[in-house]
Amino acid sequence: MKNLNNMSKTTKKNMVTYGIVLAMFIFCVVYTTTGMASHLFKGLLVPICVNVILAVSLNLTVGILGELSLGHAGFMCVGAFVGSVFSMVTEETITSVWIRFPLAFLVGGLSAAIIGLLVGIPVLRLRGDYLAIVTLAFGEIIKNIMNNLYLATDANGVHFAIGVEAYNNITFDALSKKVYINGAMGITETPNDSNYFVGFALIFITLIVILNLVHSRTGRAIMAIRDNRIAAESVGINITKYKLIAFVISAFFAGVAGVLYGHNLSSLVATKFDYNYSILILVFVVLGGIGSMRGSIIAAVILTALPELLRGLSDYRMLMYAIILIVMMLVNNNETLQMYTQKWFGAINPKKFFDAAGSKKKGKEGVS
Amino acid sequence: MNFLSYLISGISLGSVYALIALGYTMVYGIAKMLNFAHGDVIMIGGFVVFTAISSSATSPAIAIICGIAVCTLLGVIIEKIAYKPLRNATPLAVLITAIGVSYLLQNIALLVFGSASKNFPNIFKWCPDWKVTEGLTVSGVTIITIVVTVVIMIGLTLFIHYTKPGTAMQAVSEDRGAAQLMGVSVNSTISLTFAIGSALAAVASVLLCSAYPLLNPYTGAMPGIKAFVAAVFGGIGSIPGAMIGGILLGVIENLSKAYISSQLSDAIVFAVLIIILSLKPTGILGKKISEKV
Amino acid sequence: MTAMLETKNLGISFGGLKAVDGLSLKIEKGQLYGLIGPNGAGKTTAFNLLTGVYKPTMGNFFLDGEKLTGHNTIEINKKGVARTFQNIRLFKQLSVLDNVKVGLHNDYQYGTAVGIFRLPAFFKTEKEMNRKAIELLEVFDLAGEKDYLASNLPYGKQRKLEIARALATSPKLLLLDEPAAGMNPNETQELMDTIRFVRDNFDMTILLIEHDMRLVSGICEEITVLNFGTVLAQGETSKVLKDPEVVKAYLGD
Repeated sequence: MKNLNNMSKTTKKNMVTYGIVLAMFIFCVVYTTTGMASHLFKGLLVPICVNVILAVSLNLTVGILGELSLGHAGFMCVGAFVGSVFSMVTEETITSVWIRFPLAFLVGGLSAAIIGLLVGIPVLRLRGDYLAIVTLAFGEIIKNIMNNLYLATDANGVHFAIGVEAYNNITFDALSKKVYINGAMGITETPNDSNYFVGFALIFITLIVILNLVHSRTGRAIMAIRDNRIAAESVGINITKYKLIAFVISAFFAGVAGVLYGHNLSSLVATKFDYNYSILILVFVVLGGIGSMRGSIIAAVILTALPELLRGLSDYRMLMYAIILIVMMLVNNNETLQMYTQKWFGAINPKKFFDAAGSKKKGKEGVS
Repeated sequence: MNFLSYLISGISLGSVYALIALGYTMVYGIAKMLNFAHGDVIMIGGFVVFTAISSSATSPAIAIICGIAVCTLLGVIIEKIAYKPLRNATPLAVLITAIGVSYLLQNIALLVFGSASKNFPNIFKWCPDWKVTEGLTVSGVTIITIVVTVVIMIGLTLFIHYTKPGTAMQAVSEDRGAAQLMGVSVNSTISLTFAIGSALAAVASVLLCSAYPLLNPYTGAMPGIKAFVAAVFGGIGSIPGAMIGGILLGVIENLSKAYISSQLSDAIVFAVLIIILSLKPTGILGKKISEKV
Repeated sequence: MTAMLETKNLGISFGGLKAVDGLSLKIEKGQLYGLIGPNGAGKTTAFNLLTGVYKPTMGNFFLDGEKLTGHNTIEINKKGVARTFQNIRLFKQLSVLDNVKVGLHNDYQYGTAVGIFRLPAFFKTEKEMNRKAIELLEVFDLAGEKDYLASNLPYGKQRKLEIARALATSPKLLLLDEPAAGMNPNETQELMDTIRFVRDNFDMTILLIEHDMRLVSGICEEITVLNFGTVLAQGETSKVLKDPEVVKAYLGD
């Protein structure tokens, strides 16, 4: 019986997380259908969903695996471009959006996951710092390649080129020419299939997969590696395998978020997926509390909505992000500072702050 | 002929990478952390020298000294405020803080100087180009870069091996705890390391901006990352390794720009990193760092 | 009958230094065996050799007759060697229960997808794992703290949890690296009872490193004394401890 109680405790905590997302969804439905919502508010809904998925998936790498990835926007970029091209190519063959759009998510997510596997294999065996640098580099490479990539078809088949010179050298059959990716101009005719219903559905799927993963045999192995690699090895856990599983699933959902993003606006350019975007996602995770999925969701919602609603902040936005990163790390990791903050503010620890339901009982397992 | 000139400018670019890589490699060896903000210290150095030269009639020499002073101070302050409180924290926390500092410097520069690129003045006009043969000319900046880097390398090696603070650095890098027990002040040694690394970054900034005169808040980021690649290439923690890694990387980058694709040269540099990490993670001259069980 | 653990001339050198040099010992099934020696004698290095953390540069070792030289840590654990660490290495952010369940990782399997999609095998296996883990925790009197974070346990209990986690991998041979370090006499006494209980009830062979001579003479049937990487004395505990060479190594000249 005790056992059952324990199981339901983690389930209960997860239910609160799901409940928060459900409440946000209901709020959105009510607010938009009653006609009170502004154009700006409606426009923010899909980007918020995109960022929530990104934050939760990055938290799998940073909080659960304990490794730093600075290329999350790169995986998103892969998903966005592959998903959009897929939808454009299949627009005429798969007419039902109910089939085409989920397939686009699957294709976009899987391609990001495959890239994640290729990046992860050489690097995840090494010290954590290398992963940060390699993912950063990878993000830049992806951005670079996508910025110079041309993909078009005509009666003679598929043409693709890297660099504008190479593209201009291709002779096209002018009548049947159709351009999918146009270098720095990106994709211009992505189908606008995204809406916040799809967005919230994806948030739920992401949450279910990641929370279930964390509270399973695989998740325990991943967290064991994070806490003590040598001890994990000593009880027979395959370090590389479980690191890769976490990293690849994280990349998959970044790709899914990219597909959602790509189908929201009619144009898609690679420069959007830059280093700054990767840092922004990291800021969500750090502000929400490393390892806390619920915190990531709330931080992503607030930090996406706030700068848009308060335009005056926009100049100082990135400065604010930098300060958030430094201050959060100092406050949460330095004993002296921790003592002072507890004296003055009670607990400002964001994990506890966002985690009101689970914070009362100290020393209990904490992944929400 | 063309190949030779690409090679020489590659060595020159590589020398700048080597100077920056020194900062990474020394800090990594002694404080056991990746100072992500190192590349942005270069950018700040560039702006200080630029401002000193363009706002008043300061001579370039004084401007460079200002740049070195500001960067040295900046490096020490960053260490004191952001990294020192985290000496016992997890590597993840330190890394995120370092990224925060890097991002902070970039965005302060963005607010102060704006995002438009400034044209860095040519302060090495006095040094004539060297016409080796018909069709092969080595620019003054290239000569100065290579000479300055070689002089600094020799000086630094002598410093580390033959002075007391240099020996202290070696000791802290070998075993922090033991060094402390032997009376070495770990805190001041780490501060000194940051000071030297940042001063070298200032020198690198002048050389970098003279060769590639566009200066903006993101100027330091890419060379910073590439210099880290160079440090890993040569073997992180090793000073001669940083030199070899830097020059090899500069040559690889320049040759791939010339013969493969200018747009993909960055991708090639990072591909080099991934290949090295897969084949020999400790780099050319690196020692194996094993965790104590 | 083959010995549970046999090492033949096992050794490793770092640079020129021979940290362990020609270690040969034989531990019978069900034996409680001690490895003692002054600091820096190479005891922990010997453990690291036996668990594949280091590869020996000379000699071989056999578990239950099977040669394990050259295997890595994971393979050696799967073959049946589990260990604890001198400086406690728990999964600090996991609960006490989950620490043990990580130890059960290879005996109770289901795939990642089964966990994500919560297929029936997930519930069945998790239930079995919980039962087994609690059973183990009860042996060490830790069942009451099963939901605590491992890092919140007092020191003595952290050492016990490490033993429980090692046992969870269902080893044939258990290596304990200074299990009584930092414990008071009462806790040490209790630990001795627990170690005996584990040996008797789990049918375990135990090799332990220890500085506390009361514990060593109290529970170890045989010991090997290491000094500067080489075997100084070997045999029945009470006899070896009286050996003048051993006394000299410990007390100095």
